[in-house]
Amino acid sequence: MTPKALTISQFFFKKRLHLTLLVLILGLAYVVSSIGLGFQTTALFHAQDGLIWLLHNFIPNAESMRYWQDIGHQLVRTFLIAVTSTTCAAVISLFLAALGANTLSLNNAVTWFIRGFSSLMRNIPIVAWAMILLFSFKQNDLTGFLALFFMTMGFLTRAFMETIEDFGMDKIEALQATGANYLQVIFQGLLPEIAAALLSWVLYMIENNVRDATLVGLLTGTGIGFIFDLYFKGMRYGAAGLVVLAVIILVVGVEVISNLIGRLIE
Amino acid sequence: MLEVKHLMKSYDGHKRSLTDVSFTVATGEVAAIIGPSGAGKTTILRSINQLIKDDEGQVLLNELDMRQLNRSQLRQARQNIGMIFQNYNLIEPLTAIENVLHGCLGNKSTLAGIFSLYRQSEKEEALQLLQKVGLGNFAYQQCRHLSGGQKQRVGIARALMQHPKLILCDEPIASLDPKSSTLVMETLRQLAIEEHISVLINLHQVDISRQYADHIIGINGGQVVFDDHAEALTDTAAAQIYRKDLVLNEEAAV
Repeated sequence: MTPKALTISQFFFKKRLHLTLLVLILGLAYVVSSIGLGFQTTALFHAQDGLIWLLHNFIPNAESMRYWQDIGHQLVRTFLIAVTSTTCAAVISLFLAALGANTLSLNNAVTWFIRGFSSLMRNIPIVAWAMILLFSFKQNDLTGFLALFFMTMGFLTRAFMETIEDFGMDKIEALQATGANYLQVIFQGLLPEIAAALLSWVLYMIENNVRDATLVGLLTGTGIGFIFDLYFKGMRYGAAGLVVLAVIILVVGVEVISNLIGRLIE
Repeated sequence: MLEVKHLMKSYDGHKRSLTDVSFTVATGEVAAIIGPSGAGKTTILRSINQLIKDDEGQVLLNELDMRQLNRSQLRQARQNIGMIFQNYNLIEPLTAIENVLHGCLGNKSTLAGIFSLYRQSEKEEALQLLQKVGLGNFAYQQCRHLSGGQKQRVGIARALMQHPKLILCDEPIASLDPKSSTLVMETLRQLAIEEHISVLINLHQVDISRQYADHIIGINGGQVVFDDHAEALTDTAAAQIYRKDLVLNEEAAV
């Protein structure tokens, strides 16, 4: 079992060698992939022309300001869909995670089933979810809700499961030693310990879903994504720019609020 | 009071952790289990309240064999056995008094336990127990803000809330400074004398076990190699307990 003893200089030489190799591999990956694509890094230097056109056309002007009411209305709807889909998914995920976590699990088959299910849910890209659901549920808010809901459920189940598994068995043991039963241990021991971590995952997912909801709306023809598409295709670039600005403000706002909440619970 | 007879346990089917362990603990007695790391001390303690399942033997608490109980009988029997841990194992975001109240979960219905529906008398008792261990002023503090010594005393109060006949202590002072250690050991000793609770402690320190225990059980390599009054533990006997060649599974040492 004893590894071959290294001298101190050999040890540091080895560490440096590993780092150098890693950098070389990354460099090689870049070179190979850009040759494969025929992509020239120098093209980046000409990107400014495109950027200038973009800035020129997408800056909201006085004319686009008359759309703000429509935009505001859709923004709120998109935000609400992101919040409801996340919170609904969180409740179900918690239940699934408690059943699927290795440390709590009563049955191995259940654990494997839940792991497989959640991995399937979250590894289907949100765009694919939206397209698939579009066929069954047509263009309405429910389609967007479900697309976000399924993906979030898959993601949160996994995240919650890991949170539960990180929680030390020794504390569970301490409560079992008092004679507490399974559900009492979960509600009196596990949940208070992991509540803060669960909440921060939910907040993160709300942030993430506000962004994704825009994209989903673009595909399913609802919410803020839809009016962006509408303005953009109607060449009302100023209004489309205003939509982008509104989304940025919303996302930053949600991030600030979730940071505040996060600090409050600590 | 507590009788352990021919207890055997192996992990992974072959590595023997306990080969043949027998000892008794009398009512109101402080007994210390000493021995090198990996000797099987923790396994013995956890077999008593069946947190781990042993392979063979008997664990009799007032003539009731802990190993023969079904799930709900075991739940009831565990109420008689308080346990405190090296790492306290409190629910840190909860307050001290909530952690103490966990001690009465064993006689609560599932729903009452889930929703923390404790009786007024139980709440008052929990507060009294905290006062008794000198933490009356910390009852409404989150446990994560308490020091190690304070956490361990909350752990003792939680164990007392069970009205136990026996308290198991798994390395209770291994993470504490000398002053807190003394306080914890003195509290345990007092409980044995005043409340006639038997206390069974896993310890590393020979001198502390001599100082506080009535009865010392030396374990090495999963076997009892010493079992006598504390006064009988001479330096030679102690050295014998810690003899290296008896340690069977050093890799299991934590």
